[in-house]
Amino acid sequence: MSAELGLAALWLAAALAVLQLVAGALAMGERGASLAGIVRPVAVVQGLLALVAFFCLIHVFWITDLSVKLVAMNSHSAKPLVFKIAGAWGNHEGSMLLWVTVMGLAGAFVALVERRLPERTMLATIAGQAFISIGFYAFLLFASNPFERLAQVPVEGNGLNPLLQDLGLAFHPPTLYLGYVGLSVAFSFAIGALITREVGPAFARAMRPWVMGAWIFLTVGITAGSYWAYYELGWGGWWFWDPVENASLMPWLAATALLHSASVLASRNALRAWTMMLGVVAFSMSMIGTFLVRSGILTSVHAFAVDPERGSFILALLAVYIGGALVLFGLRASTVTEGERFALVSREGALVFNNVMLSAILGIVLFGTLYPLLAEAMGAKVSVGPPYFNPMSALFFVPMLLILAVGPMLRWRRDTFGRVGKRLILPALAVAGSVIAVVLGGGADLLPFLGLTLALGLAIAGLLPLRDRNLRRTPLPIWGMVIAHLGIAVALFGMASESAWTVEKLVAVNTGETTQVGPWSVRLTRVDPVAGPNWTALEAELHVRYAGGAETVLRPQSRSFWTPPQQTSESALLSRWNGQLYAVLGGEGQDGRWQLRLWWKPFVTMIWLGGLMIALGGLLSLIGRTASDIRRVVARGKIAYRREKQGR
Amino acid sequence: MAAEKPMKAKHQRLVLLVIALVVLFAAALLAIWGLRSQASYFYLPVEIVAAPPEPDRGVRLGGMVEKGSLKTQADGVTIAFVVADGKARVPVTFRGIVPSLFVEGSGVVAEGRMGADGVFVADNLLAKHDEKYVPREMQDMTKQQAEAVMRETT
Repeated sequence: MSAELGLAALWLAAALAVLQLVAGALAMGERGASLAGIVRPVAVVQGLLALVAFFCLIHVFWITDLSVKLVAMNSHSAKPLVFKIAGAWGNHEGSMLLWVTVMGLAGAFVALVERRLPERTMLATIAGQAFISIGFYAFLLFASNPFERLAQVPVEGNGLNPLLQDLGLAFHPPTLYLGYVGLSVAFSFAIGALITREVGPAFARAMRPWVMGAWIFLTVGITAGSYWAYYELGWGGWWFWDPVENASLMPWLAATALLHSASVLASRNALRAWTMMLGVVAFSMSMIGTFLVRSGILTSVHAFAVDPERGSFILALLAVYIGGALVLFGLRASTVTEGERFALVSREGALVFNNVMLSAILGIVLFGTLYPLLAEAMGAKVSVGPPYFNPMSALFFVPMLLILAVGPMLRWRRDTFGRVGKRLILPALAVAGSVIAVVLGGGADLLPFLGLTLALGLAIAGLLPLRDRNLRRTPLPIWGMVIAHLGIAVALFGMASESAWTVEKLVAVNTGETTQVGPWSVRLTRVDPVAGPNWTALEAELHVRYAGGAETVLRPQSRSFWTPPQQTSESALLSRWNGQLYAVLGGEGQDGRWQLRLWWKPFVTMIWLGGLMIALGGLLSLIGRTASDIRRVVARGKIAYRREKQGR
Repeated sequence: MAAEKPMKAKHQRLVLLVIALVVLFAAALLAIWGLRSQASYFYLPVEIVAAPPEPDRGVRLGGMVEKGSLKTQADGVTIAFVVADGKARVPVTFRGIVPSLFVEGSGVVAEGRMGADGVFVADNLLAKHDEKYVPREMQDMTKQQAEAVMRETT
């Protein structure tokens, strides 16, 4: 029953999206003005219907209704409940339903609360959101129906890919999608403003919190995904430049640029056309990412199934939306009047620099991700990995960090480096000090070396905007900026430290034998069979000691799932304030020795701590701005009320 | 500094645009150069024997793990085996924990470098995980060479 209800809700939502588009477009004209009243309610109901469809899908997974094809293909009755539910989006159709649900809800939320925009821009924005939704509803209903029934009900389902049977699946995809698809709002805003030509500071102030909200989720989603891959894959790495990781990084880069250019537009009324362009680009990157991941044209753990038909469908959607938006931009960009002027050395100048560098990194990542496709079209099979991405992106990342240290202290409009130069002595000394420390400490390769030395300088420079301020009266958005920039320094330190100082040990040991990795001594005491709900495993007991300290036990496993039959290795981690010990159990050799792979990764946890700080910074800024918006509205209301009373 | 005075609107827009375009163009050139020198190419055994890549270049080698060729060395963590495609045979060494589906007679993609001595040193092995996740090169390969492999393995 749930499946039919879900499908019906989906069709209704799609129909409402069409109504929303038509009514929104007509209401912008003189004659359709009477339709304006229904646009917002329709958007809200459309979002709720998508949510109903999504809950129906969760329900069929919850009860493991095997007559639904998707459940039979991807679930199993013996799976723990949490993975049954999370498994609803651990497949192509379910994840696309999550996608349209988030898109519908984002549109509904905008329709419900956004009151700052001029009415016509608002109508165009909501119609724009419906316009993108329609394409994805069509994709879902015609090419990836999640509610399809089977004529013959199988006795048992195929089960879920064991790599996905982890709590990470419950949080990572929904968070990432909230960010990824949340950017559709920025896209619709940009389209709305381009149609009505209302591009100005008020528009930027209205758009900024939406971009910020999506960006926070995207940041958390990427951070969580990185940590998940780190402990689940058992390869000891935290970023693989996998096409799917790139697909989430590219919208993040564009959204980060957009946030900064929107703040120039909001405060200084400059960079108008550029901000619109980024609004279009950010969500376009989300769509390109979906195409790469869902069409199965790239090799990736995230690619669920290869289906060329779906690929061409998404490609057509991409062409319509991105092409259409760029044409609109091309037609309107020249009519968007030039904003305020500024000198090259100014806050605006630094933010422009940040934007250009972020765009360059975006280009580098995009090229590298698409190159295997281009090469394959010409008959060569290639893959592109860290040897390309690391140095190429660093080339633009490092100058951006240098300007990041100065930018927040520059004044708007016009400034000189001389004025801020004196304040930078301290961070410069810190950089010099860390150069000496790293060289004395045994040195490191170029990239980690740059990272380590820059991180400290950046951390100090990042705090400087708080100097000469009354900390209690410092507005929340300033705190947000400082914490987010500090987060970059913290994450950078973690990344550089991990690649400079990681110690790896790969050995075969007998039970009872002790081995050393960095400051740790690790003794394998026994290997026992253990059983879980849908797997059995061999579990090693490792007694580990840090530099002769107290003993702790780690239990890495090598798991065998039976539906589908597959082995995974469950790594065991031990965190200390200064790093993590990472243990993986391998196979048993013919001589009875067990393979162990151990890593000591100094300060590796700072990578994800930094990521969370960046997101927290965004959150503080969002809260601060929203609170002052609400205060302003309340104050305006009070004034109007008083006037009314006096007039009486 | 020339930038002391705010410029005329038209000029400023132009200057910013030109700077942005120059940087992005430079990024594009760099990307092309980087991709040419750093992309790792996929080889079949017959290709890698005919025209070996430079020893320091990362490449991928795909083929079948020859039956009876897999040996574990004394340290217990280094393995040696032969990847073959029916036309050529390439000895491979790998230090690490092998993926569970890596067995003799099945397909493998090895990432690593071709040594000057003709031994391929792998940093990473990609084996067939399950029918849902097959490295794309291997799908092709198994189709093309199913017959050759059958002859060899039976």
